[in-house]
Amino acid sequence: MTLGDYLRNARERARAQDRAFSLRKVAQRVGIEPAYLSKIERGDVPPPSEATTRRIAEELGEEPDLLLAMAGKVSRDLQDIILRRPQLFAELLRQLKDAPDHAILRVVREVRDGEW
Amino acid sequence: MIELENDRLVFRFPEVHEDAVLRMDFQRTLRIPDDNRDYPLPPGLGSFPLGHVDDYADRAPQSWAQHGGIFFPMHQAEAMWISFDADYPMAVKVAAGKVNALTGKRWRNELSKRPQDYLVVPDQPWLDGFCVQKGMVRQFVAMPLGEGYTAEEQLTGAAEHGGLQLVVYPMKAEAYEKLQQVDMDYRVYSQPPGVSACLSLQMGLAPGGLMRQEVYEDDYGFDAWDTSVRSRCFVHILNSMQYLTVCGVQPPHMPPTAAEYTDAGLPWFEYYGGDLEALEGSKALAGLDSVVTKKWKQGAHGLAGNEPVQPELIKKLGQPRVRVREGEF
Repeated sequence: MTLGDYLRNARERARAQDRAFSLRKVAQRVGIEPAYLSKIERGDVPPPSEATTRRIAEELGEEPDLLLAMAGKVSRDLQDIILRRPQLFAELLRQLKDAPDHAILRVVREVRDGEW
Repeated sequence: MIELENDRLVFRFPEVHEDAVLRMDFQRTLRIPDDNRDYPLPPGLGSFPLGHVDDYADRAPQSWAQHGGIFFPMHQAEAMWISFDADYPMAVKVAAGKVNALTGKRWRNELSKRPQDYLVVPDQPWLDGFCVQKGMVRQFVAMPLGEGYTAEEQLTGAAEHGGLQLVVYPMKAEAYEKLQQVDMDYRVYSQPPGVSACLSLQMGLAPGGLMRQEVYEDDYGFDAWDTSVRSRCFVHILNSMQYLTVCGVQPPHMPPTAAEYTDAGLPWFEYYGGDLEALEGSKALAGLDSVVTKKWKQGAHGLAGNEPVQPELIKKLGQPRVRVREGEF
């Protein structure tokens, strides 16, 4: 599914419950022209900027990282993290690329409890 | 297990139930006047930045490595509140300097039924201070450990622990499943410090101004909690000036004063928990000196930014609850 299809589906699902999710109203709240949002949904224009994608995600209650990935982008904060230690993170990602989700989740760092 | 996720503490109990997740963050806020008038709830002005203690082991106090946990920075006399977000019921004990914030008693890992020494999430969306009487708390205000202001020092005579201590117990899975079946409709929707005053690296929490906030009785019953599992976290509070030394980045700026906020026409809040009964509050905590009272007793000057205010714009919040109190400053 393309980013445009995904956004249109998400918005129309929301609109079925609440008319505030019309194309025009969502575009207004995101701060873009309704015609531009329509083109994004139809895939007539390249994916929007990271900032716009994030605002759309927030408006529709979607995960920004997921939408950015669908737009073929990596968020700025992730780029910064990788650029600080590029070799280490490149190696880490390669090592984890085929790992199942539960194995990747084990890498998530726990807050350690100690003696107190 | 506990993780840090975008400045939120996330407690998960996958061994109990896949829904058993609690998110907690520490909100910056303005300090309400400490003048024995009672005030509504102040706004949330964003989360404090949270860090793993282990990441700064070489620059942080030695005791931190032993405690584990996390830390965040606070300015002297800055206030904060704790936000809880869970759909799965959890029992949460909160202590400051290992003094229970609801009962004033010394820290125990276990839950106590009488007096109830834990709060219940999601019924309790926030905790802003020490529960001093029914429907009233004294705001959590950061003060340097060792100067006699903190609840810990006033109750125990020692400046030993500081910070905040948390332990979370999830509801038993069968109680949760039963709850889902019995009632499908039931769903709680979810002054810049003077340098001389910053000799102490670590901060503790002292009782500040009076605020109208109820801490609710356990509506599920003591047996609903799965006491076979728990997650604990020691939350260290670092003096904001030292935070720069330890972390190499500036802490968040000092929030506005209550007067600045109110004069700007911005809202305060009231929360109604429906039919839930409020706990009576702790006599021990009620007997503590607030920061301003302590200052007077010590012959010190009052607290800057402590002028009384009269909040006129008060937004009423209730169930279904707003997940995070908005702040518009």
